[in-house]
Amino acid sequence: MKNLLEIKNLNACVGEKQILKDFSFEIEPGKVYAIMGPNGSGKSTLSNVIAGNPVYSVTSGKMLFKGKDLSKMTPDVRANEGIFLGFQYPIEIPGISYAQFLKQALTSKMKYLGQKPLDAVAYIKRLKVRAQALGVTDEMLKRPVNVGFSGGEKKRMETLQMAFLEPDFCILDEMDSGLDVDALKIVADGVNLMREENRSFLLITHYERLLDLIEPDVIYIMVDGHIVEKGDKSLARKLEENGYADYK
Amino acid sequence: MVKQETLATVQSLSADKYKYGFETDVQSDVAPKGLNENIIRFISNQKKEPEWLLNFRLKAYAKWKTMSEPHWAKVNYDPIDYQDLYYYAAPKKQEDSKKLEDVDPKILETYEKLGIPLNEQKVLAGVVAVDAIFDSVSVATTYKAKLAEKGIIFCSMGEAVQKYPDLVKKYLGTVVPYTDNFFAALNSAVFSDGSFVFIPKGVRCPMELSSYFRINARNAGQFERTLIVCEEDAYVSYLEGCTAPQRDENQLHAAIVEIVVLDRAEVKYSTVQNWYPGDKDGKGGIYNFVTKRGICHNDAKLSWTQVETGSAITWKYPSCILKGDNSVGEFYSVALTNNYQQADTGTKMIHLGKNTKSTIVSKGISAGFSNQTYRGLVKMAPNADGARNFSKCDSLLIGSNCGAHTVPVQENANRNAVIEHEATTSKISDEQLFYAMQRGLSENEAVSLIVNGFCKEVMQHLPMEFAIEAGRLIGISLEGSVG
Repeated sequence: MKNLLEIKNLNACVGEKQILKDFSFEIEPGKVYAIMGPNGSGKSTLSNVIAGNPVYSVTSGKMLFKGKDLSKMTPDVRANEGIFLGFQYPIEIPGISYAQFLKQALTSKMKYLGQKPLDAVAYIKRLKVRAQALGVTDEMLKRPVNVGFSGGEKKRMETLQMAFLEPDFCILDEMDSGLDVDALKIVADGVNLMREENRSFLLITHYERLLDLIEPDVIYIMVDGHIVEKGDKSLARKLEENGYADYK
Repeated sequence: MVKQETLATVQSLSADKYKYGFETDVQSDVAPKGLNENIIRFISNQKKEPEWLLNFRLKAYAKWKTMSEPHWAKVNYDPIDYQDLYYYAAPKKQEDSKKLEDVDPKILETYEKLGIPLNEQKVLAGVVAVDAIFDSVSVATTYKAKLAEKGIIFCSMGEAVQKYPDLVKKYLGTVVPYTDNFFAALNSAVFSDGSFVFIPKGVRCPMELSSYFRINARNAGQFERTLIVCEEDAYVSYLEGCTAPQRDENQLHAAIVEIVVLDRAEVKYSTVQNWYPGDKDGKGGIYNFVTKRGICHNDAKLSWTQVETGSAITWKYPSCILKGDNSVGEFYSVALTNNYQQADTGTKMIHLGKNTKSTIVSKGISAGFSNQTYRGLVKMAPNADGARNFSKCDSLLIGSNCGAHTVPVQENANRNAVIEHEATTSKISDEQLFYAMQRGLSENEAVSLIVNGFCKEVMQHLPMEFAIEAGRLIGISLEGSVG
């Protein structure tokens, strides 16, 4: 099977500080991956670099998404190609409702793909179906993007955006941080509902508990800017017992 | 770049053809450059004005000669040679008929982005006359008839002077006297045209009155004079300007807007100003020095809403004199400056009556190398018991070469009056941009979205259709301002 995403010998830094060091991995279509690693190992940097956050600069290496070179694409092009990043700390956009924001996001994507944007009725219908499945109320859709939402609500809204935009590759950066068990379950159910043949997920997490709810096919262990081990679900249990001491 | 063939052409060609009662009876003639009593007599004579109006102009001119140009605003420009300007030019006929294909594609692209219908694009580009579009069974005639039925007067100032001299005489200069300031004196001496609106007692104007449908004289924009009188218990919503870019060869514009709101009446005045701002290096562009003021009698309400994206220099402070008890003044403003534009704008709320209320919401967006200042005065007179003001001034900076300044002045001479002021300055953060772009929005779309969100409190006070166009306009004005 051809890889959805392939990263080879990637070096990236923020300012002067090198964070990703000769990083390589592959993502196959239809699989769920988890990346685990101690604080400061570069997990969040990895997700930002894949999404094209200009704060990080890539100094060398290769990133191919669906066979296309990502390095030449701006963040919006990467998004419209099918990369979605669920933020650890979602950003506020005052004065713009979620409904308005998602409409513009979907319109941009459909235009990029050469499709005719949905009309208002079709759009609302699509949004409501997705929102209901995640317990997102109409009132929440009218509120400005991430303004006045609790931590749990923000993560739920990130999940809604993902469900709504139907990306091919979803990176969830510490979706579990700051969530209680019930909130985590809602988010996990949302992800599980979206699992399908051509869609892949990359979960970035510290804790095994998320992986109990979303079962990964592959676990990568990341330490000091690169992958040190690849394995199946059992790897998580091993980590829970021994920590990262073995990799240092 | 396009020359003057946009709105100015429309104005010129429609001037003597416009059938719906807005025509001016100006003959084609141009006065020589410069300003003196003879020029003023010439203007007045051309317009067949009554003696009292000529005297008004002459007194204004005499006052103007004793005044000097104000320099307290935070704007810089080369000195204006007032003797090197034309103060009167009659409308010209259109020389050659043009095709839409001849118009600068850039201008057309802007119309497209603003969502202006093709027919209106043709008018704006000067390809067809207004009356070719709004013909016999058009909006304009039906609209005229409907207004007349209710006793509403909506015509050019020139026409009003001829047809309703008593009304004009009664109110002209009562809110903005010619002694008010340098530019007001200049306008009073040489004003060319503008709108006159009169809403009789108890009448609710059934539609938005738009200056856009009253385009007439070529130079109406230069020294425009607008007078709105809303009698007891009446209501009107007036729209000035349009979102399409407007060009004019006259660099100096000094308009006056006077509004009289009698007991229990309400006036909403909305402006979208998109005059030519100059090029990206700051060359050219309109200097816009405007005096706008309204007076509210008992229980009356005046609401100013403005979206200012154009002009090289903007000097403008739409104000409310809250003379009557329980009267209400509102000012909602979005000022956007890019490249080398300079704007010094704000409002004055003068509370004279008891229990008067005013609200000020000002949103300033600076990008490029532009500079803008919010300048406001809230004054509570000794008799303004129970008066209240709430002001909120927010500035948004895009990039690091622009400036935003806030100069709120408060004078409170009444212990029972309350003034509240809030101010914030923020930047479009890289995080916000990245977040929106990660959801598929281009950089321009992301900036436009964030800025529109920032302006929402003001935009929601614009009439619906205007608000949508203004939202697009803000996006277009900021294209390429990041990165």
